[in-house]
Amino acid sequence: MKVLAIDSSNYCMGVAIMDGDTIIGEIITNLKKNHSVRLMPAIDQLLEEVGLKPNELERIVVAEGPGSYTGLRIGVSIAKTLAWTLGIPLVGVSSLEVLAQSGRYYTGVIVPFFDARRGQVYTSLFKSEGTFVQRRTEDQIVLLEDWLNENKDKYESFLFISNDLAIHKETIESILGNKALFAPVSSTNARPSELARIGSSKEPVEDVHHFTPNYVRLAEAEAKWLASQKK
Amino acid sequence: METNQEIILGIETSCDETAVAIVKGGKEVIANVVASQIESHKRFGGVVPEIASRHHVEQMTLILKEALDEAKLSMDDIDGIAVTEGPGLVGALLIGVNTAKALAFAHQKPLIGTHHIAGHIYANQLMTDLTYPLLALVVSGGHTELVYMEAEGEFKVIGETRDDAAGEAYDKVARTLQLPYPGGPHIDRLAQEGEESIDLPRAWLEKGSYDFSFSGLKSAVINTVHNAKQRNVELKPEDLAASFQASVVEVLVTKTLRAAEEYGVNQVLLAGGVAANSGLRNALKEAFDGTGAELVIPPLHYCTDNAAMIAAAGTIAYRKGKRSSLQLNANPGLELGI
Ligand SMILES: [Zn+2]
Repeated sequence: MKVLAIDSSNYCMGVAIMDGDTIIGEIITNLKKNHSVRLMPAIDQLLEEVGLKPNELERIVVAEGPGSYTGLRIGVSIAKTLAWTLGIPLVGVSSLEVLAQSGRYYTGVIVPFFDARRGQVYTSLFKSEGTFVQRRTEDQIVLLEDWLNENKDKYESFLFISNDLAIHKETIESILGNKALFAPVSSTNARPSELARIGSSKEPVEDVHHFTPNYVRLAEAEAKWLASQKK
Repeated sequence: METNQEIILGIETSCDETAVAIVKGGKEVIANVVASQIESHKRFGGVVPEIASRHHVEQMTLILKEALDEAKLSMDDIDGIAVTEGPGLVGALLIGVNTAKALAFAHQKPLIGTHHIAGHIYANQLMTDLTYPLLALVVSGGHTELVYMEAEGEFKVIGETRDDAAGEAYDKVARTLQLPYPGGPHIDRLAQEGEESIDLPRAWLEKGSYDFSFSGLKSAVINTVHNAKQRNVELKPEDLAASFQASVVEVLVTKTLRAAEEYGVNQVLLAGGVAANSGLRNALKEAFDGTGAELVIPPLHYCTDNAAMIAAAGTIAYRKGKRSSLQLNANPGLELGI
């Protein structure tokens, strides 16, 4: 099975192609540059490089979020269109689950996160069993400080994986002290090859048309409107 | 492929309509599907960009499928894909642009980035043959422009709004009168029941200018309502709507008529969502009756945002050899052109 994996959910943009059990190509950039301009050319270039035509693809895997709303929509729009028009299955995988794979050989809990502004992060908790990274909590948006206080006594050690570490490192260290470990920069880019691998064995979505990004939270206007309805 | 019988698929997502259409030879509409989000945005009193973008992602492939089904065609039959590149809401535009790029890539078809206003103007080609030189009056929620066209695909903006678009002024006045969103049709309806009894300004600007300004008029309406309230005078909303509409229409029609004469055009085209306004349609018909210029007013479903107009304008660009690369991006400030 030939799988195309697409991730534009955060600054890290990734494209990978997997053929059977082999990752045959992968592109990653970690730049504050426009995914809308660069994602489709990257897909085109990688397919060309590995000698595949679009109609030879057999599955599309997309990072479904959480992440930047705009970034997510670019990747998901492309993924849905390709899957629908080529008549092949579509699989969505959590962007946090992809990032968590870098902690595969760690024995404590694995905490991938993306900054979500105002002290908040998108995160969820994972734990490695052998070489298999298992999810322990759902993807959510939290105030990092609250989350740290809630979890600090539950586990012996934490591995944080994030490109947004600089923003939150101080908070983490002040609450967890030496229980906190930080993945080095070479392990903090979400790898599209991991996305392809996870997506190749996951159940595809039932209906491509109705697939949507996992924004994790409502649009601000929607949340305010709902709150006003409850009054 | 027969000459001039190319089949172009158009995609439009610049605001709150997710639309796909298929047009043959730049004139014959073989599918035209529009999913309006208006019901969703009504509760906010206007279009919320983030919500619009979310709806576009939910609707896009469904609308594509519906259009191809309606036309009984597959992507193999399509000669090119035209998509609105700008202007518009950037987050909304991005959905159409990236969908179009994925489609073009998957089927190795030409991609044509298209200007939204060029689309509104070329919507008229779906009704009649265009004869140049012509003048187009473009009025919508985001635009008020007079565009002179010497020949096919050549646009010269001779006048534009310096502040609010006409449609924007309609929405704001509607809000002042506590009418539901979108306010344009409500004001148009009220205006027909009212008397033009309130004195409101007309912004003619400098002598000879084809530019527009509606913010002074909008403020005058708000002040009139405010003053009436303070003095406990009852103001008939019908009369206010009629007086407001009369001011907008008089300026639009007078400047259009003058430009048509100065430029000696064969045709005058009305384009954009406000073209649905009955006051404007009637006043234009009256003004151009007996002049040398033919007035063309498209039916309502081609005035409001749709993708058939994008396919029609895209066809002109396609014939002129325009091809966009996979680097095509949403461009909210795109300049009018082919
Ligand atoms: Zn429009």
